[in-house]
Amino acid sequence: MEPKGWKEIPIAGMILEAGNSVEYRTGSWRAFRPVRGEAECIHCFQCWLFCPDSSILVDAENEKMTGFDLEHCKGCGICAAICPVNEKVIKAAGEDLARDDPRLCIRIVEEGKVEE
Amino acid sequence: MATKLIPKELAKKEDRLAPGHRMCAGCAAPIIVRQILTAIDDPVVITNATGCLEVATSIYPYSSWRVPWMHNAFENSASTASGVEAAYRSLVRQGKIEERNVRFIAFGGDGGTYDIGIQALSGAVERGHQFLYVCYDNGAYMNTGIQRSSATPFGAATTTSPAGKAVPGKQQFRKDLTAIMAAHNIPYVAQGAPSQWRDLMQKARKAVNCGGAAFMNVLASCNRGWRHKTEETIELTQLAVDTCYWPLYEVENGAWRLTYRPKERRPVEEWLKRQGRFRHLFRPENRHLIDELQADIDRRWESLLKLCGEA
Repeated sequence: MEPKGWKEIPIAGMILEAGNSVEYRTGSWRAFRPVRGEAECIHCFQCWLFCPDSSILVDAENEKMTGFDLEHCKGCGICAAICPVNEKVIKAAGEDLARDDPRLCIRIVEEGKVEE
Repeated sequence: MATKLIPKELAKKEDRLAPGHRMCAGCAAPIIVRQILTAIDDPVVITNATGCLEVATSIYPYSSWRVPWMHNAFENSASTASGVEAAYRSLVRQGKIEERNVRFIAFGGDGGTYDIGIQALSGAVERGHQFLYVCYDNGAYMNTGIQRSSATPFGAATTTSPAGKAVPGKQQFRKDLTAIMAAHNIPYVAQGAPSQWRDLMQKARKAVNCGGAAFMNVLASCNRGWRHKTEETIELTQLAVDTCYWPLYEVENGAWRLTYRPKERRPVEEWLKRQGRFRHLFRPENRHLIDELQADIDRRWESLLKLCGEA
């Protein structure tokens, strides 16, 4: 948002646009990033339901989870922690997998170490 | 017809809380707000007590609210909601605005509800205003730096009940606000947790449709105050439910009902050991405090079962 002079600021410091915090990019806080892994997404929308930052992108009409809003995602990792596919993969592997294991459905990767 | 409580159906609706708010990564409060506001299809007006949620969603010149929202002071979220509700009904009666089935919801943390806002809340529900008060209880004044509140669990270390040689964390047991609100004999009182999202959404719907004042107490983990990893938010709120530290129930017109019974009751120790605020309890000289907390939880659980007719 461009800084404004006192003549341009609405009276009483009112915020005229509801929900304009979308312009504020909390994604810059992130130390970890959610990344899609090998296990196929079942589009259960659990991650959408539990994301504190509304950062799970979905195609609601076609009922598909499509990715992550990295402009706002703070990298908390809740999506990976509650992902039922991740749980299945971990169970099948019979061991505790690292958060960035490529076999997972949602992986949590350190910001500086994103492959791509 | 109300939207079915299926995530894919709910995702078709607009998110009423915009991203870009400055709540910490992994905070439970915005999850609770999103779940409750998604569950309600009608137009809503929100009032907010001072606290993390208020501060972090309204940092000038930004607002995260896509619905009418009002902050007044720390203690009077409930009175503000009651005033807005009364004004709305008056304007409708006078024919100045149309009846649109507006729902009034007040949000407050445990500090703004259990301690500072309790007289305003008690008065507003006693006057019978038709609104829902939601307390997101993270068990301390997290916004100002983790000071103890009357919701802080026994034994927890906070900056004003620090664990040291003289004092092993908070020395008092927490206040049972949900029961206090049930004692007001209002049409609907419930306790919920975001991990049981469908239960929480059903309760929110019942609450706004109860025809009078409603109160919901929702457990919110705070990773800064509870000292846990950011991704464990949902898991730890569920563990609080499974250890019966935070039972899920509702009181509808005086009838108590358990809405979730853990398949297997877990000892509270399992929940405590996952959080840094209880770390000192595991020293040999403090172990008896865990037993005391467990005994308190057992006693409250037994009396809840009796009230719900499940004993």
